[in-house]
Amino acid sequence: MDWLFLFEVVLAGIGAGGLYALAGLAFVIIYKATQVVNLAIGEMLMLGAYAFFAFAAGMQWPIPVAIVAAIAVCAVLGGVVERLAIRPMLGESPISVFMVTVGLGSIMVGVVELIWSADQRRLPEFIPNEPIFIGEAFVSPKIFYSFLVAVVLVAVSLVVFRWWRGGVALRATATDQAAAYAMGINVPRVFSIAWVVAAALAAIAGIAVGAIGGVSSSMGVFGLSVLVVVIVGGLDSVLGALLAGLLIGVLEALAGAFLGGEFKLLVTFLVLVAVLMVRPYGLFGTREIERL
Amino acid sequence: MRIATAKESYRQDEALFDSRTQRVWVCILALALILYPFMANDYWLYLACLVAINVASATGLNILTGYTGLVSLGQAAFMGLGAYTVAVMEQYVGAFFFLNLLMGGVVAMVGGIVVGIPSLRVKGLYLAIVTIAASFLAHFLFVNSGFTGGTGGMTVPPAQFVGIPLDTSFRIYWLIVPTTVLMVLGAANLFRTRIGRAFIAIRDRDISAEVLGIPLLRYKLLSFGLSSFYAGVAGGMWAYFFRVVTPESFPLIMSIFFLAAIIVGGMGTILGGILGAIFMTMVPEVLRIAVSMLPVSGDTLQYVSPVRTIVFGLLIVGFLIFEPHGLAEVWRRIRRFFHLWPFRN
Repeated sequence: MDWLFLFEVVLAGIGAGGLYALAGLAFVIIYKATQVVNLAIGEMLMLGAYAFFAFAAGMQWPIPVAIVAAIAVCAVLGGVVERLAIRPMLGESPISVFMVTVGLGSIMVGVVELIWSADQRRLPEFIPNEPIFIGEAFVSPKIFYSFLVAVVLVAVSLVVFRWWRGGVALRATATDQAAAYAMGINVPRVFSIAWVVAAALAAIAGIAVGAIGGVSSSMGVFGLSVLVVVIVGGLDSVLGALLAGLLIGVLEALAGAFLGGEFKLLVTFLVLVAVLMVRPYGLFGTREIERL
Repeated sequence: MRIATAKESYRQDEALFDSRTQRVWVCILALALILYPFMANDYWLYLACLVAINVASATGLNILTGYTGLVSLGQAAFMGLGAYTVAVMEQYVGAFFFLNLLMGGVVAMVGGIVVGIPSLRVKGLYLAIVTIAASFLAHFLFVNSGFTGGTGGMTVPPAQFVGIPLDTSFRIYWLIVPTTVLMVLGAANLFRTRIGRAFIAIRDRDISAEVLGIPLLRYKLLSFGLSSFYAGVAGGMWAYFFRVVTPESFPLIMSIFFLAAIIVGGMGTILGGILGAIFMTMVPEVLRIAVSMLPVSGDTLQYVSPVRTIVFGLLIVGFLIFEPHGLAEVWRRIRRFFHLWPFRN
């Protein structure tokens, strides 16, 4: 057993896991606030990456401007999607809303393929390129910096949701919608905020993922891993999403290194099924109590 | 409101086709299905076979999702299981095609029951994700299990019926369409029995159903099994129709296609599964014609696939928001209009 190699693989896994955690956070924000399981999360990542691609490579804007513009565009899109497709479904069964997001994902993939074709593209290089060593172990700089970004963003979001007024409103809505209404919280606006914030976070995660592996219209597959992450962690648990993100990231890296690339998804899905069999609401999810 | 349809016995009340008008129309439809292959050209025969296969599979998914309320995104994977079983049976055993189709259904059924086991504890959306996991497992099996030809897939010889190879659309029509009709009738009859009623009870409120004495696990597994049996037979017909099976033939988007079909058609009605499958199969063809007529120079065909993806998504979202009961409800409205026509109702 080559311990250094193992250490490097685990580090790479933790790095990738940071992005899973970030995307998972975007997912959990939407779920907590609006009770919508958003299957289009991978496509939202993809849209962010492509928006960045359009601004940075297509229009030759400076990188920081392009990043901000891409995030802004996605945030607006998130708000529009909530208003046009999710709001009318208020009060419908969760399964119908879930299928609306399936349709939304399909639309986004189609739009991307129509504008940029299904071919894989490379994002312009903007992450510093010197190799980074932690002790003896080599970490790819792209993964290292994306992990850093993910950690900072997750920390900022947690702080914001702890103390900002809108964050408190969001948590109140998540706890009890009717009570939040009665306390004078504008619940529909909270829904909008949740989608806008989640779309912005997803866009950042998407840009990072695109910078590491290139962008293509099949980036939605990343969303499947994110789904596994949030379900293993428990749909309504931020802590669960963060821990499960790291866990799944490390597992995927180990499976990819020791079994081969085609085993990555297989292992994550096997973990998913195993966790669900033992704990049907995920590791940290709230157990739903059903009444007749 | 319909008049002059008083029922005098329970048999009449639960009959599939309860009025004379309906029976006449069914006879006309049957006649049309028999005459169709003699009138249509190859392209329309090809479409008819494809529609029939999709109707069979969508009806299966309707049993599971529309009637039992368990969302599945694994229908394509179960079709793949059926198709691969047929291919393997043809290659290594060479049995009669009917037996192969049945085996395809049974293997898919076993797969479905295995996937359904988590449904004991896992509900709703969690279950939908488990079925996605199942479709990735199936893809992995197709690529890596020695006797299935890896990523290259397998070719399937045409089905033989008393020495005649069913190798043209005209010949295979007589295999696919009767099988589909039989399966749809079977599904329609299922919901007149205890099992079908139990499915509906589980969909409406599973805890209440259990209180009423319906063993949840057994019936949920049964629903999974039946649904994937339909998918398996449909996949077997798919294999005989296209005569080549690869791991990429049954992607996740195909499962979404079937889910979209029953949403667009109307969940929880047999007619909905049929209408939805016909509609969703015809949409790409109509789009292809529409795109080729657009006054755009150059290669327009490259736009067909993305536009199709967009239209699928728009149809799902649009129907869920504006017509949640689907085409079946539209059909019912049209029919009601003619019940008392020309009087106002």
